[in-house]
Amino acid sequence: MSFKPVILWTDALVFLLVFIISVVIWYVRNNPHLSAPWKRVGHSASGMSAFTVLLVFIIIGLLDTLHFRPALDHKNLQGETVYSVEVLSVLDVLVTPLRTNVEKTYSAPLATHLYAKETIDMPDGSQVRTFSRLEYGGSHLQNPETEHIPDIVWRITIGIGLGIFVWCLLHAVLCLLMARRSNSRFKQCIEAVWQRSTEIPWYAILITLAILSVLIGVISMLAVHYHVLGTDKVGQDVLYQSLKSIRIALVIGTLTTLIMLPFALLLGITAGYFRGWIDDVIQYIYTTLNSIPSVLLIAATVLMMQVYIETHPELFETIAARADIRLLFLCVILGITSWTSLCRLLRGETLKLREMEYIQAAHAFGVSHWRIITRHILPNVMYIVLIATVMDFSGLVLAEAVLSYVGVGVDPSMISFGTMINAARLEMAREPMVWWALLSAFAFMLTLVLSANLFADAVQKALDPRIRTNTPGNNGSKTHNKQESAAANSPVTTRPSTTAASNASVNKPTH
Amino acid sequence: MNTLLEIDNLKTILHTGNNPVRAVDGLSIKINKGETYALLGESGCGKSMTALSIMRLLPDSGEILSGSIKLSGEDILQLPETGMRRIRGKQISMIFQEPMLSLNPVMTIAEQIDEVLKQHFKLDNKSAQNRILELLGQVGIPDAQRRMHEYSFQFSGGMKQRAMIAMALAGQPELLIADEPTTALDVTIQAQVLDLMREIQQKNHMAILLITHDLGVVSEMAQQVAVMYAGEIIEHTSRKLFFAQAAHPYSQQLFASLPGKQKRFQELAVISGTVPPLSRQFTGCRFADRCNYAIERCHHTIPQWHEIADNHRVRCHLYDASAEFAEKKPLPEIIPKATAAAPQSQANGTLLQVNHLKVHFPIRKGFFKRVVGHVMAVDGVSLKITAGKTLALVGESGCGKTTVGKSILQLISPTAGSVRYNGYELVDMQRQQLRQIRSQLQFVFQDPYSSLNPRMRIIDIILEGMNALNVELPSTTKQSTQSNASIQEKAVDTLLEQVGLPGETKWRYPHEFSGGQRQRIAIARALAVNPKLLICDEPTSALDISVQAQILNLLKSLQNNLGLAYLFITHNISVVEYLADEIAVMYLGRIVEYGQIEEVIENPRHPYTEALLSAVPRIDKDAAETVMIQLKGDLPSPAAPPTGCHFHPRCPHAMPVCRQAYPELSTISPTHITHCHLYSQEKHSTHHEH
Repeated sequence: MSFKPVILWTDALVFLLVFIISVVIWYVRNNPHLSAPWKRVGHSASGMSAFTVLLVFIIIGLLDTLHFRPALDHKNLQGETVYSVEVLSVLDVLVTPLRTNVEKTYSAPLATHLYAKETIDMPDGSQVRTFSRLEYGGSHLQNPETEHIPDIVWRITIGIGLGIFVWCLLHAVLCLLMARRSNSRFKQCIEAVWQRSTEIPWYAILITLAILSVLIGVISMLAVHYHVLGTDKVGQDVLYQSLKSIRIALVIGTLTTLIMLPFALLLGITAGYFRGWIDDVIQYIYTTLNSIPSVLLIAATVLMMQVYIETHPELFETIAARADIRLLFLCVILGITSWTSLCRLLRGETLKLREMEYIQAAHAFGVSHWRIITRHILPNVMYIVLIATVMDFSGLVLAEAVLSYVGVGVDPSMISFGTMINAARLEMAREPMVWWALLSAFAFMLTLVLSANLFADAVQKALDPRIRTNTPGNNGSKTHNKQESAAANSPVTTRPSTTAASNASVNKPTH
Repeated sequence: MNTLLEIDNLKTILHTGNNPVRAVDGLSIKINKGETYALLGESGCGKSMTALSIMRLLPDSGEILSGSIKLSGEDILQLPETGMRRIRGKQISMIFQEPMLSLNPVMTIAEQIDEVLKQHFKLDNKSAQNRILELLGQVGIPDAQRRMHEYSFQFSGGMKQRAMIAMALAGQPELLIADEPTTALDVTIQAQVLDLMREIQQKNHMAILLITHDLGVVSEMAQQVAVMYAGEIIEHTSRKLFFAQAAHPYSQQLFASLPGKQKRFQELAVISGTVPPLSRQFTGCRFADRCNYAIERCHHTIPQWHEIADNHRVRCHLYDASAEFAEKKPLPEIIPKATAAAPQSQANGTLLQVNHLKVHFPIRKGFFKRVVGHVMAVDGVSLKITAGKTLALVGESGCGKTTVGKSILQLISPTAGSVRYNGYELVDMQRQQLRQIRSQLQFVFQDPYSSLNPRMRIIDIILEGMNALNVELPSTTKQSTQSNASIQEKAVDTLLEQVGLPGETKWRYPHEFSGGQRQRIAIARALAVNPKLLICDEPTSALDISVQAQILNLLKSLQNNLGLAYLFITHNISVVEYLADEIAVMYLGRIVEYGQIEEVIENPRHPYTEALLSAVPRIDKDAAETVMIQLKGDLPSPAAPPTGCHFHPRCPHAMPVCRQAYPELSTISPTHITHCHLYSQEKHSTHHEH
C-alpha cells in the first residue's frame, strides 16, 4: 500500500457529525411533515446560493479531513514499508504545486520578483542589490518585464473559458436530470430554470456556480505558474494557507458549538422552566464562569494540555496528531467558556414562554415536564439557537485568532485564519506593507461567515410556520422579500389577511 | 351646517404580499363641528387605517392612492410634511386603543404633555406647567399637582387613558380621533372614560371620530353612525335611526348576534364566515357571501347608495327603488332557531365544590427575598357547579377571576381551601393522581393567539392531551386492523367537525386560522379528553361580535349535546345573561353576590353589582335616561385591600360600619346571597352551603 490512512481525533468527530447529519436527513426525508419545512429552505434564492458557496467550503474542509501518511521509497530492515512522518490530506495532494512551490520570502500576488531587495552575487563577482526573480512564480517567462502582463491576461482568458465550459457541463447535467425526473424535454427544463418557474431557484444556484467555476478556473490556470495570493514570510503560498485554514475554521465553529449546545440548551431551559432554586443554582454557575476572564481560563487549560503533550511524547505518532489534540482541547475549552451567553438568552426566552397559555394548556392535560420542554419550549427557542450559533461561528474563528496572538491558540505548525491574522500584525507594520495575507484571510472568512449567515437566515425563515415562503412561479423575489419582512415585523397587522382560505395550499401533506 | 372634516372617495392600500390590500376603498364621510361620528365595524374592516390616513401616519407599506381629506376646506393630503406637523395634535389629535402602549414609560406625564404644548404654543415654563395642571384637572385626575410628575406605570389603566386624553386635548383640537378608546378597559372604567369624553366634547365643542366595534359604546356616544365593512361604508345614518331600524343586512345581523337575556333559549343569529380578505377584487356587494338575503344581483353588481329616509343612506340592492322586486320591504325577520328547548337539568349532582379557596402570592423584597406581604388574589371563594349547568364568574380585571379558574385546575396551587371534584379533593393531590382527574376538567383560554403552540400542527395540538392522558379512543376495539395513527386521525376529524371545522384542517398550523377558528380549535383540544367541566376564561373577549356569537352558539350546543358544565369567567354581562344559569360577582378576591341569573340581573343587591350592571352600555335605551351609577376611582390593590368591606371606598352607600368589618353573609333567597351591611347579617356564619 502506498499510503496509510490516519484518523485524527477531530477527523473522527467530523466523520461522526457527517454520519449524524446523514441519518437525520434520511429520517426527515421519510417523514413528509418534517421534510415539508426543509423543502421550503430550497425556495429561498439567497439561501440556496449561500448554500452553494457553503457547500464548496465544506467540500474543501472534508477533503482536508481525509488524512494519510504516504509511503516512502525505501523499506526498513524488516522489509516493511516505511511511512512518512508527515501527515497529508487529500486536499494537499490535489494542490501539490501550491504546497511544494515555496519561495524564499514575501512576494506580492502574481509577482515574478521577490517583494524585498536582496544582495545577489553576479557571475563576475560583483554584488547587486535588486529584486531577485522568484524560484517558481513566473519562472517560465524569459522576459518578465514584457511577457508578464500578456501571460496573465492569456491565462485569465483561458481560465474563464474553462470555467464557463465546466459550468455549461454542470448546467446540462442538471437539466438532463430534471428532464428525466419530470419526464419533460430538455429545452423546457432550461426555459423553466431561466424563467424562474422552478420550485427550487436553480437560476440563483447556477449563477453562483458560474461565478464559482469561473473563479476556480482562473485561479487554477494562474496557480500553476504564479502565487495567486502571494507568499508569506517564509515563502509559503498564501492561497494554500487560506485553503488549509478552512478546515480549522469549520472544526472550531462546529465542534465548539456542539460542545456548547447541550450545556446551553439543558441548563438554560431548565433554569427558565423550573425557576426557583434550580434557576438560582444554574445562574450562580454561569455568573461565576462568566466572571473569570475566559482568555485566562483558556490559557491555563491550553498550557496544561501543552505540558501534558510534551511530557507524553510517546502518545503521539506525528506532529499532526499533537497539533490535532491541541485543537480538540481548544474546541472543548472554548465550548465550555462560551455557553453562558446562549444559556442566558434561552433562560430569558423560556421564562417568557412558560407563561404562554399553550404551556398552561399542556399542564392542564397533565403533560410531563420533559414532553413540555421538548415539544413546546425547544421548538420555540430553536430560532435563538440557530441565530446564536451562526453568530458565534464567526466569533469563535476570531477568538481563535486572539488566542493565537496570545500564544495559546492552535499549534504553531497548524495553519489557521487566526495564525494568518496574527502574522499580519507584523506585516502591516512593514514598509512597504504586506497586505495580501490579511486580505485573503479576511476575504475567505467573510465569504464563509456570510454564506453561513445567509443560509441560517433562510433555514430559520423556512422552519417558522408563521412565515410564508415563496410559492413557485408567481412572483419575483422582490415582492417576496417585502412580504416576508412585513410578516416578520408585524404579525398583528397581517393577522386578518392570513385566514385559512388564503393559505390553504401551504402545509398539506403529500399523501 | 359647518363641516369640519370632509373625506371624499379616500383610497388607501397596503403593499403587502402579492396583491395590495385595499384597506380603505372609496370612503366618503362628513363630520360636522362638535359632533360625534362613530365608525363601526369588525376588525379587519379598515377602520384604523382610515384614522391613520386622516393623520397621515400610515405605516411604510401604506399608500393613499386617491381622494381628498378636507379639514375646514383645506385638503390636508396636499400639505407638505411640515404643514402636517402643525395640524397633528393641534387641529386633529388621536387617542389609541392601548393606553399602556401609547405612553412613553421613561417620561413623566407632565413631560409628555409638555412636548405637545412646546410643539404648538409658545409658552414659557411657568404657564406650560399651569396648562398641564389645568388639562389633568379637566380629565379628572385627582391630586394632579403631584401626579403630573409621575411615570405612566404609576397610573392605572383608566388613569392612563385619562392622561392620554389630556395629551390629546393639549393642542385644543377641533377633531379628536378615538380609536377604540375603551376596548382595553373594564366596564366601570369604560363608563367613566366615556362620560369624560362626552363632558369634554360639550365644553370644548370638539368633534369626535369614534372608531369602535362595540354597539353599546356607539349608542352611548354617537350622533352619526357609519357602518364600515371590508373597506367601505355600507350604511350611514343618525344614531336614533340606526338603533331604531338598521337597514343594511349586515347591521341587522350585527344586532341579532348580540347575546342577551331575551335570547337565552335560542341560538344567536350568526353571520357565517369572516370578513373577506381585502386583497381581492370585488365584483359585487362585499357582504354578499355572508348575507342571508343575497340575491343574484348582489354577486355581480356593486350596490349604489340608496336614500331610504332623511339622513339615512344604505348601500344595498334591497333598497333599490327602481328595481322590480315583489317584496322589497320589510326585510324578512331573522328567525332565530330555538335551541333544543330549555336545557333540562339532567341528574343533578354537584360536580365541583369549591370551599374557602385562597390564593395568596407572596411579595418578596430585599436580598434574602423575605416575604413582606401577600397579594390576596383569591381570598376565600366558595362556589358550586352542578353538572350540565353554567356558572358565570363576573368581575373587573384584577379581581382574581382567572386565578380562581387556574387554581381549580391546580395550575396555580391554592394557599388554603378545598376544591372537591366528584368527591375527590384536588388540593394537594399528587401529580400522578391528579393526572387521572385532569381529563374531567379542562380550560379554554382567553387569547386564542397565544393558547396554541405556533410550531405544532392542529393534529398534534389536539392529540397531545389524548396521548398525555391515554384517552381511550372509541373505535379501538372494532377495527383492530387499522393502525393506531389512523384511528387517532379519525378521532381528530370527529372533534374538529364537532366544533365546526372541516377535518382536513388538522394538517395546518395555527397561524393559518382566524381568531374565531383558533378558539374553536382550543375548544376541540379541551373536548378531546371528554371533560365534564370546562373552565372558560373570557373565551370571546378577543373576538368580534359576529364571531363571538358563533363561539357562544357552539358552547351552548356542546352543553346541550354533551352535558358539559361551564365555569364561565368573563366581564361581559350580556354574555352572562345569555349563557349562564348562575352568577357569582367577584370583587377583589371575594365573591360579593351569588345567585340564580334572573335574581341577580333583575334584582341586584350589592352596590357593586348594581354599579357593574348599570355601567354596561345598553343599546336598547334612548339616550342616557337610566341613571348610571358612577363608581369613583379604580380597583384597589389586592396586596393592601381596604379595611372592612373591600368596596367601601367606591361605594355610594358606604356607612361607618363598612369601614370596620367585612360584612357577613346575607341571604336574600335560598339561592341568592350577598355580602353587604345594607342587608341583615347572619350572625354566626357557619360553613354556608352554596
